[in-house]
Amino acid sequence: MERHFDEELNNLKKNILKMASLVDESIAKAIKSLLERKEDLAIEVENEDNAIDMVEIEVDMLCLDLLARRQPIAIDLRFITSVMKINSDLERIGDLAANIGHKVQILLKYPQLKPLIDIPRMAELVRAMLKDSITALVDKNTELARNITARDHEVDELYVQVFREVLTHMMDDNENIKNGIELILIAKHLERMADHVTNIAEDIVYMVEGKTIKHQFEP
Amino acid sequence: MSDEIRIVVKNFNAYYGEKHALKNVNIDIPANKIMAMIGPSGCGKSTFLRSINRMNDLIENFKVDGQMMIDGNDVYDKTIDVTSLRRRVGMVFQKPNPFPKTIYENVAYGLRVNRLFKDNKELEHKIEKSLVEAGLWEEVKDDLDKSAFELSGGQQQRLCIARALVIQPEVILMDEPTASLDPISTAKIEELIQVLKKDYTIVIVTHNMQQAARVADNTSFFMLGELIEYDVTSRMFTKPVKKITEDYITGRFG
Ligand SMILES: Nc1ncnc2c1ncn2[C@@H]1O[C@H](COP(=O)(O)OP(=O)(O)OP(=O)(O)O)[C@@H](O)[C@H]1O
Ligand SMILES: [Mg+2]
Repeated sequence: MERHFDEELNNLKKNILKMASLVDESIAKAIKSLLERKEDLAIEVENEDNAIDMVEIEVDMLCLDLLARRQPIAIDLRFITSVMKINSDLERIGDLAANIGHKVQILLKYPQLKPLIDIPRMAELVRAMLKDSITALVDKNTELARNITARDHEVDELYVQVFREVLTHMMDDNENIKNGIELILIAKHLERMADHVTNIAEDIVYMVEGKTIKHQFEP
Repeated sequence: MSDEIRIVVKNFNAYYGEKHALKNVNIDIPANKIMAMIGPSGCGKSTFLRSINRMNDLIENFKVDGQMMIDGNDVYDKTIDVTSLRRRVGMVFQKPNPFPKTIYENVAYGLRVNRLFKDNKELEHKIEKSLVEAGLWEEVKDDLDKSAFELSGGQQQRLCIARALVIQPEVILMDEPTASLDPISTAKIEELIQVLKKDYTIVIVTHNMQQAARVADNTSFFMLGELIEYDVTSRMFTKPVKKITEDYITGRFG
């Protein structure tokens, strides 16, 4: 039976997808501004975070409204509470992307430290994970969601690699310390993004199966 | 559900003539807990409830088999005294059904027919106590001689609960007790039910999913005479095991 409520849930789904695609664009732009050394793009990313925050609030209000009016239970309840958590993880990812935009503006004051290889790879990985997590949400695909949590390690490893490499440059020459630190922080931001996407994937597994896989707790 | 079990139901069947209304029901109902029964209209909830205190005995062609035990005693044992069974298992119905008597006499009734008091002082004391328990005392204490029909629907329902409580049953059966009440009276009854479980075992039929979720410790889901799922309420309403349960409680059914 098609319920009126389903329309409202679909509308909520649309909004969380919109949130995800805004966040994804932000990551892409932030990394592009870094690679192509485009200050205007970096400023744009930093400013656009407001728009993401607005959608976050909108999604939150929608969830609260549905909780109050529909008093959802079972799958409906799990869906809405998961969306609330996913929403806040997406917002955090958006913040991190905006912050990268800010750091890029600082970095551009210095000459390029080294050719960037691992950082764009990290960004690609994060974006692919994010894209899959949204597919997993739409299709209720827990296999895909579990796969995302496994990929988090790849991003962690790349971060360690970036850290070591930049550290070497900084030890070679004091002049590299200021921009080196910004680069490490950018990589750290990407690593944190992957953690948030992992949270999202875990929430999806909970939503679909009612099982908690957070904190390595897979019963 | 590792509690003390008050009612044990094993391979229980009920028939109205050819109509097989309860099909091989197995269920343990813990003492001092609230069990909600949910399920579509005609699934056998009332039949089950009325089988617990043999309210269906009077219906022609009604038959049961299997076991229905309260505290180890078979409810359908031929030697059992049905009147004393009903003393131990009280019932509250969907529509408040006070007797056409005073408020006082409505509550006194059960005490009088069962001769459960020594003198007038004890009678009065018991009546006051159960009206207090039912959360009605403050509203009626100056009007005990008024007709029960002068009370509002919600007050009448609490009067019926007081009437059920006064004979100190062990089990209270409630068949949609708030179906005809406004939200405030409903909230009062729900609060009351949760206070009462300290002293009673409560089985409540409700069509309101949120009501079951709010008040019940355990919830059972029936369909077409069968018990489909039975679990602690929080699990039933967050992640039921069966798809059909989830479809029913979220209103995706049919
Ligand atoms: N006195 C009766 N004679 C014959 N059949 C009956 C009788 N009472 C109930 N039934 C049948 O037994 C089945 C179960 O009825 P029951 O009243 O237990 O359902 P219910 O779950 O309480 O429904 P509702 O939610 O509508 O109150 C139904 O198919 C009903 O038609
Ligand atoms: Mg009924």
